[in-house]
Amino acid sequence: MAKAGVREYKRRIRSVKNTQQITKAMKMVAAAKLRRAQEKAEASRPYTETLRDTLARLVAVTADINHPLLTKREEVKKVGYVVVAADRGLCGAYNTNIIKAANAAMAEDERDVEAKIIAVGRKVRDFYRKRGGLIAEYVNLGDNINYADAREIAQYVMKAYEDGELDEVYVVYGHFVNALRQVPTVEKILPIEPPAAEGETEEAFVDYIYEPDAVSIIYNILPRYVGTQIYHAMLESKASEHGARMTAMSNATDNAAEIIENLTLEMNKARQAAITKEILDIVGGAEALKKGGK
Amino acid sequence: MAENTFILEVITPEEILLREEVQFVVVPETQGELGVLKNHAPMIAALNIGVLRYTDAAGEVKKVAISGGFMEVIYNEARVLAETAEKGSEIDVLRAQEALKRAKRRLEQRDESIDFARAQKALQRAIARLKAADAYNE
Repeated sequence: MAKAGVREYKRRIRSVKNTQQITKAMKMVAAAKLRRAQEKAEASRPYTETLRDTLARLVAVTADINHPLLTKREEVKKVGYVVVAADRGLCGAYNTNIIKAANAAMAEDERDVEAKIIAVGRKVRDFYRKRGGLIAEYVNLGDNINYADAREIAQYVMKAYEDGELDEVYVVYGHFVNALRQVPTVEKILPIEPPAAEGETEEAFVDYIYEPDAVSIIYNILPRYVGTQIYHAMLESKASEHGARMTAMSNATDNAAEIIENLTLEMNKARQAAITKEILDIVGGAEALKKGGK
Repeated sequence: MAENTFILEVITPEEILLREEVQFVVVPETQGELGVLKNHAPMIAALNIGVLRYTDAAGEVKKVAISGGFMEVIYNEARVLAETAEKGSEIDVLRAQEALKRAKRRLEQRDESIDFARAQKALQRAIARLKAADAYNE
């Protein structure tokens, strides 16, 4: 019996070790992908920032701007939420936290509105498919976020907004702080709230020539601005996902190590007990023989 | 910096496609082509889908296909922001030709289901890419 116990421990330790190898590998893969996602976010910055600054500067010098994407609706009935999370699980509470943040934002809205969901990521889609309110889904976009995907989503929401199917649009994503911390964030993207010019930079006073004119350029930039906001949310969410997965897998690997340690201790105890029992048996037998020999 | 050169930057959401010293830039502005030389006055211009041409510091003419956007010129730096941009020398001509055929076919169908504006843009983009690669003949 005791022998079988030791064998059983050995089997379990082997199984935990296998799991540990998998979680360790996943952790390293997540770390590599996190780095790539961060590089992508970094690479998107010059475009996003120049676009925002230019828009801010143009809005500051232009009086008469009247674009459908800028106009606030007097009556808001349908609110769109672009919820950006992961296609896959095994990343701790990451997906749950983003969905929770989206649901909380809907619950906090005290107006009599209907929430519509644009799901980005399979986990989000699966959740709202059951709960209802899904109007569009973008799944299996992979780890390599393309601007083209972001633009497609932006075009969809802008069309829905201009057609009156949505009166306001928010984006919900995981803001990446570091691998341990991702903050679910809700931001309004439609109607567009034009960025304010940052500080009194020298360039704010430059007298530009506009070709053809400032208003046309603003109208040209506005849809792209929505595109960059969604792209930004997708890049942040991707980095957050890998960060969360890295942390989750790191914890799983540590837990596995602890389990292995405990099981090894138990196994040694069991083996010790088995040996002690055998010795007792032998000693007992020898004693009996000695007595019998007298 | 040589006497008659300034900096040209082409930026997309995914990368800084190029940043180099140039002598002359021509961009597809919404109402025609627009040339920029050194010491141009500060300017912001909306761009069409088309080909951006520039003469580099060595005097060689190079082309970039861009999908619209805008250009900002200030302090001898011309910064072009476009959603997509491809260097002419890196364009896959076969793929661009396929895209051109596809776009033409879609426009000829003229049925209600196609998004006309979108198909037209796809056509313009395909033509711009072929022109940038010096492979457009029509």
